[in-house]
Amino acid sequence: MDFEYFFELFLGGLTRGSIYALLALGYTMVYGIIQLINFAHGEIYMIGAFTALIVAGVLTLMGWNQVAILVIASIAAVVYSSAYGFTAEKIAYKPLRNAPRLSALISAIGVSLFLQNYVLLAQTSDFLPFPNLIPEFEFLKPVEHIVRSSEIVIYLTTAIVMVALTILIKFTRIGKAMRATAQDQQMAMLVGVDVDRVISVTFIIGSATAALGGVLIASHIGQINFYIGFIAGIKAFVAAVLGGIGSMPGAVLGSLVLGWTESFFTGYISSDYEDVFAFIFLVLILIFRPSGILGRKDTDKV
Amino acid sequence: MFNVKELKKSILVSLWFMFLTFPIMVIKVNTIYKTIEWRWSRMAWVGVGSFFLSFVWRALLRKKEMGMKQAEEGQEQKVPLTQKLIHDKRFSRPALVIICAFALIYPLVFSLYQVNIMTTALIYVVVGLGLNIVVGLAGLLDLGYVAFYAVGAYSYALLNHHFGIGFWTALPIGAAMAALFGIVLGFPVLRLRGDYLAIVTLGFGEIIRLVLENWNEFSFGPSGIANIPRPGFFGIQMNLHQVHTYIYYLMIGMTVFTIFVVRRLQDSRIGRAWMALREDEVACQAMGIDKTKTKLSAFALGATWAGMGGVVFAAKTTFINPASFTIWESIIILCIVVLGGMGSIVGVICGALILILLPEYLRAFSEYRMLMFGAVLIFMMVFRPGGIISDVRKVYQFKGLNETTKDQ
Repeated sequence: MDFEYFFELFLGGLTRGSIYALLALGYTMVYGIIQLINFAHGEIYMIGAFTALIVAGVLTLMGWNQVAILVIASIAAVVYSSAYGFTAEKIAYKPLRNAPRLSALISAIGVSLFLQNYVLLAQTSDFLPFPNLIPEFEFLKPVEHIVRSSEIVIYLTTAIVMVALTILIKFTRIGKAMRATAQDQQMAMLVGVDVDRVISVTFIIGSATAALGGVLIASHIGQINFYIGFIAGIKAFVAAVLGGIGSMPGAVLGSLVLGWTESFFTGYISSDYEDVFAFIFLVLILIFRPSGILGRKDTDKV
Repeated sequence: MFNVKELKKSILVSLWFMFLTFPIMVIKVNTIYKTIEWRWSRMAWVGVGSFFLSFVWRALLRKKEMGMKQAEEGQEQKVPLTQKLIHDKRFSRPALVIICAFALIYPLVFSLYQVNIMTTALIYVVVGLGLNIVVGLAGLLDLGYVAFYAVGAYSYALLNHHFGIGFWTALPIGAAMAALFGIVLGFPVLRLRGDYLAIVTLGFGEIIRLVLENWNEFSFGPSGIANIPRPGFFGIQMNLHQVHTYIYYLMIGMTVFTIFVVRRLQDSRIGRAWMALREDEVACQAMGIDKTKTKLSAFALGATWAGMGGVVFAAKTTFINPASFTIWESIIILCIVVLGGMGSIVGVICGALILILLPEYLRAFSEYRMLMFGAVLIFMMVFRPGGIISDVRKVYQFKGLNETTKDQ
């Protein structure tokens, strides 16, 4: 067994898993609070990547230096993705808060379809080359063929985001309000939690992490188009369900497990059926362990 | 209504949308030629458009809230005009006669192109009615419905390619294959809740498409299967025009058959079991309805129509490849059911005709088709969850009692 190849696949899986985790966190937070599968979450990630591409393109032509571009493009992506997430919630989900779950899901599919085609029409349907915004680190030169500096940045960002979110949820006032809303919306309202605001904040945070994922993966892979959000969104959803939807550590664990299994599967068996594999994985989890690895079991109520 | 406060709100909304759409709508960077295109005029359009739309949006929201308040206060709800017309025999009988006559003389009056479009729309009517069983009656959101359509189309194409089986033999086989797939795929997912079910069916749909794309020895991969024969009519040779007219009449027959069967199913024991399951699963089980059997039958029957639609689709286009069976096709069919009105037959027919014919005649706007579909899904869910022609719940009255009970 070739150890170096194994190690390469392991790191590849870690990269995939980290990106899925940035997306899955948003899924799981929104689901935890309003029990909605936010189908348009992948599109928010795509919009983040596109905004970063546009801003980076403009700044490159104006001759700014690379680090400044990276910072400004990431901030723009985060701001715009959050704004889109916030607006989508206000338009398409808020009026449906007391409607049956399926209505909200269909509305989310509508948002996804709308945003995809909006970007397709306003920009282009071609794959656009994405500039490599992340500088190459000097100290990584000797191991460059195994791990690229963009990958290191991805691992670090995911870890930081995870820790920051955990602190936010566990120790801050808004985090407390979020947990209360997730448990019982009406009770939370009774004790003075502004539920509308909490839900908006959840969408904003989820969209912001998705945007970070979008910028990082786009500059790692090097090209984007309007369709990247769909498959990434589905896979992040698989990861969130795998870990137990509604649970934040679960989302990260599920993402890493999915990333590694995909990476080893494509590396050792076949790359043709990469996406099929993720879907089969999803079906199997939902059939045999619908509550996921770390999820709670919930019972039906009449 | 047009006071200062409202005006301020709309201006804020319009500024917000101008900010929101700024990078994606206005700037276009060409990284190869290193040029930036600034399209400021678009921003003005967004501003003006969102300014007016926000008025409409808020007015509609107010209207919806009023309606909800009225319903809460127990006021008599108005029966919608469309429903009145459908149930008024004085109107519906002549309308039915006119529609039938129009359908029959359609190919004689209009050109081949028009007949072809109409045939496509009719295929969507049949498939939409099939999905209506699953989504509208049984309340199971199926996002992978196109998989069954693909199963039908590929069964005909492959059976014909390998064994030379003709259209009329393939039609029941395709339907049966799709039903079988419906049962096989439906069985493992029965335990799942509504939203999980939607995602799993979406997964199944994509699995089937990806397998068709990658398993070259079986399905000829992305290049698809060509030269599928059109349906025959007792071995009579027909020219292109005649064949298309023939397929059109065949679809008319199939549509009538579908409507008949779905209508009968709706009022049957199993149809009522589906609707009960849609309303409340646990209560329904307590009433002694077998959940597994009921759900599986909905899946299987829904898939049957998709399979038949698929066979006709393959025979009509004479060429199929996996690209015709993407997730977006499922979503278009879902749009038809949602727009028309879940559970309502007339609604689904109208939905299919509107969504398929309108983009054909508005060719100039055809690129905006999917954008509009997305907007339609959101709009319908927010303002008219029942669709254009919503399904009215049956009201049962106890004669001889003073109180009337209403089905909520």
